[in-house]
Amino acid sequence: MGQTPQKWPGIELSNDDLLNKKVTQTRYHPRAKFSWSAGEAMSRFLNELKEGRLIGRECKHCNKILFPPRMFCEQCFKPTSKWVYIKDTGTIQTYSISYLDKDAKRITNPIYVGVVSIDGASEKMGIMHYFGEVTKDTIHIGMKVKAKWKPPLERTGSILDIEYFRPLKEGEQ
Amino acid sequence: MRKVAVIGAGMTLFRRRLMETPKELCFEATRMALDSAGIELKDVDAVISGSAPDGFDGVHMKGEYYSDGCGAYGKPYMRVFVGGGTGVFSAISGWYHIASGLADIALVVNEEKMSSCQPHPQSVFAHIWDPILDRPLKPNLIWIFAMEMNRYMTVHKIKKEDIALVAVKNKRNAVDHPCAQLADPNITVDDVLNSEVLAWPVQRLDISPPSDGAAALVMASEDAVKRLHVETPVWMKGVGWCIDSTMWTDRDLYFPEYVARAAKMAYKMAKIDNPRKQIDFAEPYDPFDYKELHHMEGLLLAKKGEAPIMTREGVTQRDGDLPTCPSGGLLGVGNPIAATMGVKIGELYWQLSGQAGKRQIPHEIKTGVTNAWGDLMQYGAVAVMGV
Repeated sequence: MGQTPQKWPGIELSNDDLLNKKVTQTRYHPRAKFSWSAGEAMSRFLNELKEGRLIGRECKHCNKILFPPRMFCEQCFKPTSKWVYIKDTGTIQTYSISYLDKDAKRITNPIYVGVVSIDGASEKMGIMHYFGEVTKDTIHIGMKVKAKWKPPLERTGSILDIEYFRPLKEGEQ
Repeated sequence: MRKVAVIGAGMTLFRRRLMETPKELCFEATRMALDSAGIELKDVDAVISGSAPDGFDGVHMKGEYYSDGCGAYGKPYMRVFVGGGTGVFSAISGWYHIASGLADIALVVNEEKMSSCQPHPQSVFAHIWDPILDRPLKPNLIWIFAMEMNRYMTVHKIKKEDIALVAVKNKRNAVDHPCAQLADPNITVDDVLNSEVLAWPVQRLDISPPSDGAAALVMASEDAVKRLHVETPVWMKGVGWCIDSTMWTDRDLYFPEYVARAAKMAYKMAKIDNPRKQIDFAEPYDPFDYKELHHMEGLLLAKKGEAPIMTREGVTQRDGDLPTCPSGGLLGVGNPIAATMGVKIGELYWQLSGQAGKRQIPHEIKTGVTNAWGDLMQYGAVAVMGV
């Protein structure tokens, strides 16, 4: 018959122990590079971004415009049927105001980031992107926004060809 | 399918940085689990391990790298990985090894050592994002939680004060856990609300810490339970798992539908049709305070938007009607991703077998549920355990 554990193993080290090499350790710095083929759906999507347009794929079985576009529908599991241009306006579904960069380093000018659902795609289908021309007091879920595109010559076929989404102005399409 | 019980468990301290290597941590936790079950490695038919991204250790094939520490030498062995869901899913894998009749006794060993990754494990989390749609935006993993938390708060009009109550409860519960990294007997809601804003609405004390640690379980068939004369087996009553769309920007983040589907699968197996009445306590996965609430709703223990109200009313305190995270959870004990099995499945085992010591829920408990959540906001693993 066994017994309830009484002793809990593990030897704690401090950051100082490690950085000042008070413990025996080894180090390694990987250098890995990747280049990805963007594939069928994303190649067209990225090339359209270069032209200042957003494009989705229609699934005629589900009667949906899927965005970001994809060559098959995960729900009915049939190939999607055709390319459909959608608008560059949409609605903020959620957002964050980040004081951290990608390595968890603190930054003073916060990044406004969130999910924007795009007009012309099926309900609540969108992408993650930055928001600009907003403050922490003006940004809100449900805010109508529009893409701020980079100038054509600066576009590279990247999600960053949109600089950010900004508030939609009155009367603007 | 055969009945399966947990008959022993072990775990190491959870700390920001531990001296031991992954395999040394695995050995410590595994040895404890074997001793607590009163068996030796020769009695074990199969070994399952779980660990999160290889990038933390900088060693690919991590499952092979630490396998000897799991007691895998010369035995059927596999590693499972479903992101943060691994903390519960590897026990589900142990369950089907035995339920299927392939094994009579199985070891399940989960390990995580996040401290090796310099300067911060966040740099590795960056590589879980989609390379075309997300990564050019240089995302931080905390963004995911911030965006989900904001959507959840806004849809249900939840105040941050009510969410902070979860961090306070769990960090206080953790005072009674011998392995805890961030226990705090005096923490208040104001401490949480005044802590550094990292990615609004997420503040520093809303988050569990990165940790090193390992945890292990011994699982056994009904035959083995009888043969070994186990006095306090805790049965796996139901299990479920589910993945949602990988297109996470196409989903409404306010409710984890995939958790609900996994929970329904587990409840059906456990013959539970009214979880709020039939579940006595829960260990919802709590890497962030709002996630406990989100998961209580996904586990159908609260109606949508009602988990914060239950928390405010004290229902989820250790002596409440539905204690949640009596262990102290990830928020209080620590978050070594896959090794959180020790405060999820492990806590259900220790509570239901009456071995939780100072953490023991003061009233009678017969059935508990836990979940773990992972990948990029779409993986749910659920287990119902009982006596």
